[in-house]
Amino acid sequence: MTLRVDLPEETLAGVLAKAFGNRSFLIGLIITLLVVAVALLSFVWTPYDVTRLVIADKTQAPSWAHWFGTDHFGRDILSMIMVGARNSIAVALVAVGIGMGIGVPLGAVAAARGGIVDEALMRLNDLVFAFPALLSAIMITAIFGPGAVNAIIAIGIFNIPVFARVARAGALAIWPREFILAARAAGKGMTQITVEHILPNIATLLLVQGTIQFALGILAEAGLSYVGLGAQPPMPSWGRMLFDAQTRMVTAPWMAIFPGMAIVITVLGLNLLGDGIADILDPKSRRRR
Amino acid sequence: MTAYLLKRIIIAALTLVLASIVVFAVMEILPGDPARLMLGLNASADQVEVLRNQMGLNAPLVLRYLHWAGGLLSLDFGRSYTYSVPVIDLVRERIVVSLPLALIALALSTIIAIPIGVFSASRQGRAGDTLVMGAAQLGVAVPNFWFALMLIYLFAVWLRLVPAGGFPGWSAGIWTALKSLLLPAVALALPQAAILGRVARSALIEVLNEDYIRTARAKGLPYRAVLWRHALRNAMIPVLTILGLQFAFLLAGTIIIENVFYLPGLGRLIFQAITQRDLIVVEGIVMLLVAAVILINLLVDFSYAIVDPRLRAIPGKVRSGFPSGIAPKQILRAVQRFRETRNRSRGRQ
Repeated sequence: MTLRVDLPEETLAGVLAKAFGNRSFLIGLIITLLVVAVALLSFVWTPYDVTRLVIADKTQAPSWAHWFGTDHFGRDILSMIMVGARNSIAVALVAVGIGMGIGVPLGAVAAARGGIVDEALMRLNDLVFAFPALLSAIMITAIFGPGAVNAIIAIGIFNIPVFARVARAGALAIWPREFILAARAAGKGMTQITVEHILPNIATLLLVQGTIQFALGILAEAGLSYVGLGAQPPMPSWGRMLFDAQTRMVTAPWMAIFPGMAIVITVLGLNLLGDGIADILDPKSRRRR
Repeated sequence: MTAYLLKRIIIAALTLVLASIVVFAVMEILPGDPARLMLGLNASADQVEVLRNQMGLNAPLVLRYLHWAGGLLSLDFGRSYTYSVPVIDLVRERIVVSLPLALIALALSTIIAIPIGVFSASRQGRAGDTLVMGAAQLGVAVPNFWFALMLIYLFAVWLRLVPAGGFPGWSAGIWTALKSLLLPAVALALPQAAILGRVARSALIEVLNEDYIRTARAKGLPYRAVLWRHALRNAMIPVLTILGLQFAFLLAGTIIIENVFYLPGLGRLIFQAITQRDLIVVEGIVMLLVAAVILINLLVDFSYAIVDPRLRAIPGKVRSGFPSGIAPKQILRAVQRFRETRNRSRGRQ
């Protein structure tokens, strides 16, 4: 049996009613779903083929034929943004998965065991935090070479301590509660208590942090691709498109404007969604935010 | 307080040592023989071997680490493989671009963020607050290198007010040099200001709900005075935390921004060094930045004690080491709050 003490008086219908009354959550959800839908759509349909180079159409300004213009190889920017969304979402999602998959168990163990295990883990966290994330990502891609997979690893590694910290802090707040004492009295072990009682109670915390890290992952992926360490051509990626645009700012500014706006809108949507979830599930945060 | 500071210092030193081991190990894994790199492709195996001996590359791993780490302590980062000059000279040349850039960006973001936070907090829930926080929400989502490109388009291509890139050097006159750092600094500062402004607002709102604020108002102090003098000072802890973290972030952020503006700073140097496999330069810069981050975090820890006198009474281990009967709830809450903000903001890095 699982106890959900954080939401004792709340029914699913109540939470849903609150969710749809929350502006930040609604806008964030709509934007996020839209971006995901565009990425999925790109698997079956894009206005133009992004792998075909049409030099005759190069660097055309936005028009009815090409809404967002074309790049220096005559590729349709809108189509490239649609396909690039796949890459951004995939990299950020897997990186969050890595961070959660490794970080949460580590944080939970640190909270459950305490003492020297906890101390050692926190010092390791300090160590990872001492490396500015971008710098380490550059180092990792310098070792293993550039590419989407290595970008995922680089971003994923820096999600681990974040989730470890959140899980630890959340778990430490739950451990002294009475229902944990009851579970211990009932003869449950540390692992069982962690899985059955601690994790369900910190799930919302992790969800909120997950959306934040997702948004940061998209920014980080764009940064890495921009300096040439992320997804490699011909795979379109938003950061790479900005890099190609940089030297053509005078002649083809649309090459920079639209991919950048795609990044901003996606990150904005995820941040709003995260803020919204935090608001709905934790009434205190409404005041604090 | 001494115990608290001592613990922070020991942890900082330990982190630094561990970081140096990690950096050294990473560079050992990387492919490429520096001796071969220096001599070129035509060198014979014997020549390479002689140089390897000269450079100490054949010594045992532990000895090489100790030699390298020992050098770091006296700011001796070794010699660049490609330029054959001491790494510290290269760094010295470049840091006069990166450090001023980061400092200007930090100052800019503080100057923008604090008034925004105060404005928003004092109008909580009203139209002005919603508008400003909406803009901040947008600012957080903007990648600084894209923002930089837009700034270049607007101010350098369209309006021709500032150069689009490059750095004339400080010898060209302070104003000329500053002008070419202006756009990069704004590009770095605005997204950071958005984060800092949000932190300042939430910290202020929390403080404004405290009893002593009501007391100050009740004794007849004007709202303005209470806001700026009493509330702001008490809201400084989370703000300082973020500020410290941002400086580290800005130092790293200059890596990308310098590439956008073709500024000859540390960021450009590290990219060149990576492509040229000049590993000892990479090692040196990474260690320098890591040391800067650790030092700044240490200073932030110290500054808590200065800003908030309540914290001075706290021994190192707050969570477990406090006899529960003695600890005033307020102190524990304050510590918890600043640890929370610190963790949350670290997540944001």
